[in-house]
Amino acid sequence: MLALFDYVIAPFVEFAFMQRALAGALMLSVSACPVGAFLMLRRMSLTGDAMAHAILPGAAAGFLLYGLQIVPMTIGGLIAGIVVALGAGAVARLTIQKEDASMAAFYLISLSLGVLMVSLRGSSVDLMHVLFGTVLALNNDALTLIGLVAALTLGTLGIFWRALVAECLDPLFLRSVSRLGSPVHFIFLGLVVVNLVAGFQALGTLLSVGLMILPAAAARFWSQRVEIMCLLAIALGMLSSVCGLLLSYHASLPSGPAIILSAGVAYFVSVIASPRGILLARRPRAAHRTA
Amino acid sequence: MSACVNLENLTLGYDSHPAVHHLNGVVRKGSLTAVVGANGSGKSTLLKGIVGVLKPMAGACTIAPGVKLAYLPQQSELDRSFPARVVDLISLGLWPRRGLLGRHRSEDREAVSQALSAVGMEGFEKRPIDTLSGGQLQRALFARVLVQDADLILLDEPFNAIDARTVTDLIDLIKHWYGEKRTIMVVVHDLDLVRQHFPEALLLARQPVAWGEARKTLAPDNLLRARQFHEAWDENAPWCVPEEARNHDDPAHVNSHDHVDHADRRGVA
Repeated sequence: MLALFDYVIAPFVEFAFMQRALAGALMLSVSACPVGAFLMLRRMSLTGDAMAHAILPGAAAGFLLYGLQIVPMTIGGLIAGIVVALGAGAVARLTIQKEDASMAAFYLISLSLGVLMVSLRGSSVDLMHVLFGTVLALNNDALTLIGLVAALTLGTLGIFWRALVAECLDPLFLRSVSRLGSPVHFIFLGLVVVNLVAGFQALGTLLSVGLMILPAAAARFWSQRVEIMCLLAIALGMLSSVCGLLLSYHASLPSGPAIILSAGVAYFVSVIASPRGILLARRPRAAHRTA
Repeated sequence: MSACVNLENLTLGYDSHPAVHHLNGVVRKGSLTAVVGANGSGKSTLLKGIVGVLKPMAGACTIAPGVKLAYLPQQSELDRSFPARVVDLISLGLWPRRGLLGRHRSEDREAVSQALSAVGMEGFEKRPIDTLSGGQLQRALFARVLVQDADLILLDEPFNAIDARTVTDLIDLIKHWYGEKRTIMVVVHDLDLVRQHFPEALLLARQPVAWGEARKTLAPDNLLRARQFHEAWDENAPWCVPEEARNHDDPAHVNSHDHVDHADRRGVA
């Protein structure tokens, strides 16, 4: 029992940096996981990945001008993300090109700009920092930002829930009863951007999408209701955060990848062992009902 | 009786090719109209134009103010893999009443379960939508239209994939709506069904061929005329010029054609 305490609880009690990391990761789970659930249900999982890359030039511009400061990097990332989201969304809605293609085009342009800017100045250490983040070095500014984003996300999801579900389930129906279809799509893309920006301090631009998608993808295997799926995704995200931080602490691993890998374990367990996973769905049934 | 939908010289289409060409007319409040015609004659396009998901290329389509509209599309964009139950799908129909934020009350839940039993789907409440058959899904969508409680109801081939007994039930429902003075337009292919159950019909062949009392509209000479339109797009078709612009030179003309010829085309086509 004491060993368990030493192993699981003590790191968070003894070290302030672990407490901050835990607080940041838990808030990110609450905020990013439900967004990820809708991203996945809209078949836009890879859009999240594209958006994460798209944020890079903005963050890099902030970094070039002001060094490793959270406010300019966040604002830069937000601007880049919103420009890419709006541009890709506008091309998809105004032309015959679908959103996957326009999104790919915009994010590739954005990513190459970002790499160009980072390589103009700065060492590879800086690049690593922007790309992979440091959850163990979250300062008060970063924690405040994550908290604000979490509050904004939960508030927005609460207000637009019904429209978001309708837009995913039957977009043509929503268009026939309301004008909210297009706005709610862009509001949702905005939530994706702010959550990725909030996550990149902790997990880096490339991995912040991991906490968004992996718990949601795992939760899909366990539930047939969207509400339950979102709650389950949050729970899995929190669990992954705790496990990842402990793993990183005890094995001296980088914290971002440790958290995302923990979520990856949750995903594989779900793929294999869940009611709709590989094993149970393939199991030959001995009996079936009459109706 | 007053107008519910007013169509003024309405042209709808895709990529500058008209699918509904210069349609004028009025859909009266409380009328029940069957929209008939061959494939590609513009039936679904007309409904899309009335709903507003397709903007007119020319002319206008106006719905009387305050009219609530319900639309059952031919090809629903429904995502069947979305984790939702049949009640969740049908509860979307409460949107006109409760909107984005209004709470669903007990009378709303009552309306949903009544709609389910009206389409013969009692006991389906908790079924995930990806386990429904094609006809069951169509009936569930019909139930959603019921819940919407609309004044103007547009149904695009609602009897697709539905068994004979249920078609009879659904026609009874439509007649019940008609009795409640709702305005209904239904795209139907079964002409016998139209003659039997629909007071009015609109026969389309891109241009309107006939619009009025159903049996007269579906008279053999009208049906013959409706068959004589060219379904495929003609990339070299001359541009259709409005009356007042006829006297000016139009640089957009692809083929030069004299005005008399053009007027003739419009007259017979």
